[in-house]
Amino acid sequence: MPSALINVPAKAKRGDVIEIKTLTSHIMETGYRHTATGEVVPRDIITNFACRFNGKEIFRADLFPAIAANPFFSFFTTVTESGKFEFEWIGDQGFSETASASITVE
Amino acid sequence: MEESTRREFLALAGGAAALAVTVRPTEATPATLAAAIRNVVGNDPVKTGKVKLDIPPLVENGNTVPMTVSVASPMASEDHVKSIHVFNEKNPQPNIGNFYLSPQAGRAQISTRIRLADSQKVVAIAKLSDGTFWSASVDVVVTLAACTEEVI
Repeated sequence: MPSALINVPAKAKRGDVIEIKTLTSHIMETGYRHTATGEVVPRDIITNFACRFNGKEIFRADLFPAIAANPFFSFFTTVTESGKFEFEWIGDQGFSETASASITVE
Repeated sequence: MEESTRREFLALAGGAAALAVTVRPTEATPATLAAAIRNVVGNDPVKTGKVKLDIPPLVENGNTVPMTVSVASPMASEDHVKSIHVFNEKNPQPNIGNFYLSPQAGRAQISTRIRLADSQKVVAIAKLSDGTFWSASVDVVVTLAACTEEVI
């Protein structure tokens, strides 16, 4: 089941600055909460996010427990050629998720 | 008999209150905030300006607080924003996120959603390609705290 939503324009003009929005489904458990019996709920967060365009990194983020559940990011990039955006999320307890989106530049 | 149960109840209630105080996690203090900022900027001066931190001044639910950081920069290869670091004062940890931009970004702006455990100051610091640091801070009032509530 895909758990990431990506919003990238399908088409753009050469040199345009476009906005990329991503939303991932993840609990982002902080590790600071306790159950009713006092046990600490272990931390389970996404720690790294990266976006590459045609293999070149254009945006990267380090996440901390202070990022809300279901992490949302919006950032910008200038497009000069058609290609593929690749997104990657890495987190605690072996979490790993990838997604991609293509853009046509005229 | 009745008296003793009342006493027991009071002792239990007192114990529970004491426990609630002791299990409260430690907060990031202004000192840890300063230390976290030093970790990023080293001993370089941090100037106020260029950075714009958009965050609602009054937040009802600290679990999801929309935040946008933008930096006045031409984003050219010789003059661009390298990274944006966001910190808080009173969450259990002083860091919120680090964001690394490339010169091709076109616009130095990022948005995300964050958690705030208390009414506090949020600080955004941008590192420019010439090695200077610029910052902006906003005081936020939070009515429902995040991060540390009990799981039921």
